[in-house]
Amino acid sequence: MELTNSILLAVILINFFTLGSARLGACVRIVAVQGALLALLPIMVHGVTLHSTLLAAGAFCFKGVIIPWMLLRAIQRVRIRREMEPIVGFVPTLILGTLTTAGTFLFADFLPLISAHHEGLYVPTALATIFSGFLLLITRRKAITLVLGYLILENGIFIFGVLLSEALPLMVETGVLLDLLVGVFVMGIVMDQISREFSTLNTERLSALKE
Amino acid sequence: MLVFLIVFPLIIALCSLVIPWYQVRSWLLPIVSAVHLLLSGMLVLGRFPVTGDWIGLDALSQLVLVVTSVLFFGCAVYAVGYLDLRRDRGNQTMVPCLLIFLAVMTLAIAARHLGLLWVAVEATTIASAPLIYFNRNRLSIEATWKYLMICSVGIALAMLGILFIAYAALGGGTPVSLQFDTLLAQAPQLSKPWLHAGFVFLLVGFGTKMGLAPLHSWKPDAYGEAPGMIGALLAGGLTSVAFLGVLRGVQLMAAAGDGGMARQALLGMGLLSLALAAVFMVRQPDIKRLLAYSSVEHMGLLAIGVGIGGVAAFAAMLHLVNNALTKGCLFLAAGNVQRAYTSKNLAEVRGAIGALPVSGTLFLAAFLAITGSPPFGPFLSEFTMLRGIFGGEHYVIGMLVLVLLAMVFIGMGATVLTSTQGAPSATTAGFRDRWLLCISPLGFILLVLILGLYIPEPLREALQRAADLLEVHP
Repeated sequence: MELTNSILLAVILINFFTLGSARLGACVRIVAVQGALLALLPIMVHGVTLHSTLLAAGAFCFKGVIIPWMLLRAIQRVRIRREMEPIVGFVPTLILGTLTTAGTFLFADFLPLISAHHEGLYVPTALATIFSGFLLLITRRKAITLVLGYLILENGIFIFGVLLSEALPLMVETGVLLDLLVGVFVMGIVMDQISREFSTLNTERLSALKE
Repeated sequence: MLVFLIVFPLIIALCSLVIPWYQVRSWLLPIVSAVHLLLSGMLVLGRFPVTGDWIGLDALSQLVLVVTSVLFFGCAVYAVGYLDLRRDRGNQTMVPCLLIFLAVMTLAIAARHLGLLWVAVEATTIASAPLIYFNRNRLSIEATWKYLMICSVGIALAMLGILFIAYAALGGGTPVSLQFDTLLAQAPQLSKPWLHAGFVFLLVGFGTKMGLAPLHSWKPDAYGEAPGMIGALLAGGLTSVAFLGVLRGVQLMAAAGDGGMARQALLGMGLLSLALAAVFMVRQPDIKRLLAYSSVEHMGLLAIGVGIGGVAAFAAMLHLVNNALTKGCLFLAAGNVQRAYTSKNLAEVRGAIGALPVSGTLFLAAFLAITGSPPFGPFLSEFTMLRGIFGGEHYVIGMLVLVLLAMVFIGMGATVLTSTQGAPSATTAGFRDRWLLCISPLGFILLVLILGLYIPEPLREALQRAADLLEVHP
């Protein structure tokens, strides 16, 4: 329990780091750490079973290694180091992040959770991580940061899913992880094309299509 | 057999990667989809057993399967002619992506496990992104990026909804399973708050994919920049598949005794879609964006039909078929017009009937069909839907729908009539109607015409069975 809670707290701290940091490389690496930490959760919750071990291994490989590696390569190719001008500044996003995180902890107390989940930090952490992902998606302009926001959103959903792993057989979990991997891969290709055509990764340049 | 239907296009997609001949690769599309159509027909007519824990076909999925298969076959025939014209772009990405798209759409239709449904629907997003990007210019990059991000995030929310439904089983003290038949059987025991939250997230997630307002913002961009036949597949096929995802949520809510709440939500989103589409269609100068808003409008009509229930739900099922086929004709004909004028803007496109007698006429006929003019199929389904709405004494909603449909007719008519009538503007770049590019839209519009004149009894029964699945089960 102690260890699980420390992992979940670390996950929340990583959310804050990504909300407040402008260095893209560091953000990708820290999200990789988040993915690797999350991979421990299935084993923490369900003990060492075939299902939990395979799920942990899969999550570690995909979320902790392969996807971050693809993103780091993308950053190197397009030679972008920093998120320069976010739509909402770093300090306001951090404040918003703190508020939503505190909100989810208060809110989780009112949720009709089953008694086994009342004590743990799982549900509030999952919700806080989902909100952090959303905040990144809303407040940033660089395509890479948007993909990171999407990854953090998926991480939050993963935390919630760990509580319910009997509902998701291994085949489905594999499918979910594969979708994520291929999805980020395709996003990476599109990012390449954006930087080639527009010589920037700022998505504000993508505004020709409107009424 | 059903497994073969899903795996077969995947295998051919792999083969198409190593085939060196351009024309052979193009012809793989109609061949595979002909086999797909044949097998789907046999499956629906009950030649093979189709029940299982993971994949199976009920009345709803049978309907969507046949519609998607017919639409894909038509688009595949068109694709041979289209890809022949676009040798500059090549078909090394287009053909495998289309085949994978077909396979994962079939998987999504047949999925009997909510997790599997999610995996398949997310895979359709990924498989269709390269198709939207086919033209490789700035605008198509923007459209692809928006499509990819908005739909991925939307579908992620649907996953959250599915997990909430699983939690509802946990909270209700029943064994946790996302197998759909098990869920339906134990629906009354599910914990209500989690089920409701789950349905809302499912609606938001699959609603994004379907393009219900206010989650439709990717649609005009993606449909506008993708090639015409991809627009046809997205507007007729993928939206129907996403609608099936929404209907799974409705079924679950109805089985839990909360169908009323689900209907209210659908009704609200449906009316909003209709209203928003009507506003944006007036004075819309871009013919393909116009079609995208028309798609938003018809998704709204489907949602309204299911939201009212009864006769209107039956009409919504019929409208799903009509909408898919008419959209097929509209997008393919619009694609031909765009090719001839190298523009899809009203400023350049004038007198399309003069320049392209067949495609221009088909475009005009499909416009009449989609706006609900007799004798085409959508007239019948929209009329039946209105009968259901007024019959259920929802007079305000009925009047509102009528006014908005009239507004859509005028708005769409202004653009379509200007682009098709009159003397052709002189920008036609040597493009003429050719049979491979006209046969499919012609086939679609003939099918829609037949559906408007006569609905065969087996089809009527199939539609009724599908609509019955959405009603409350004791």
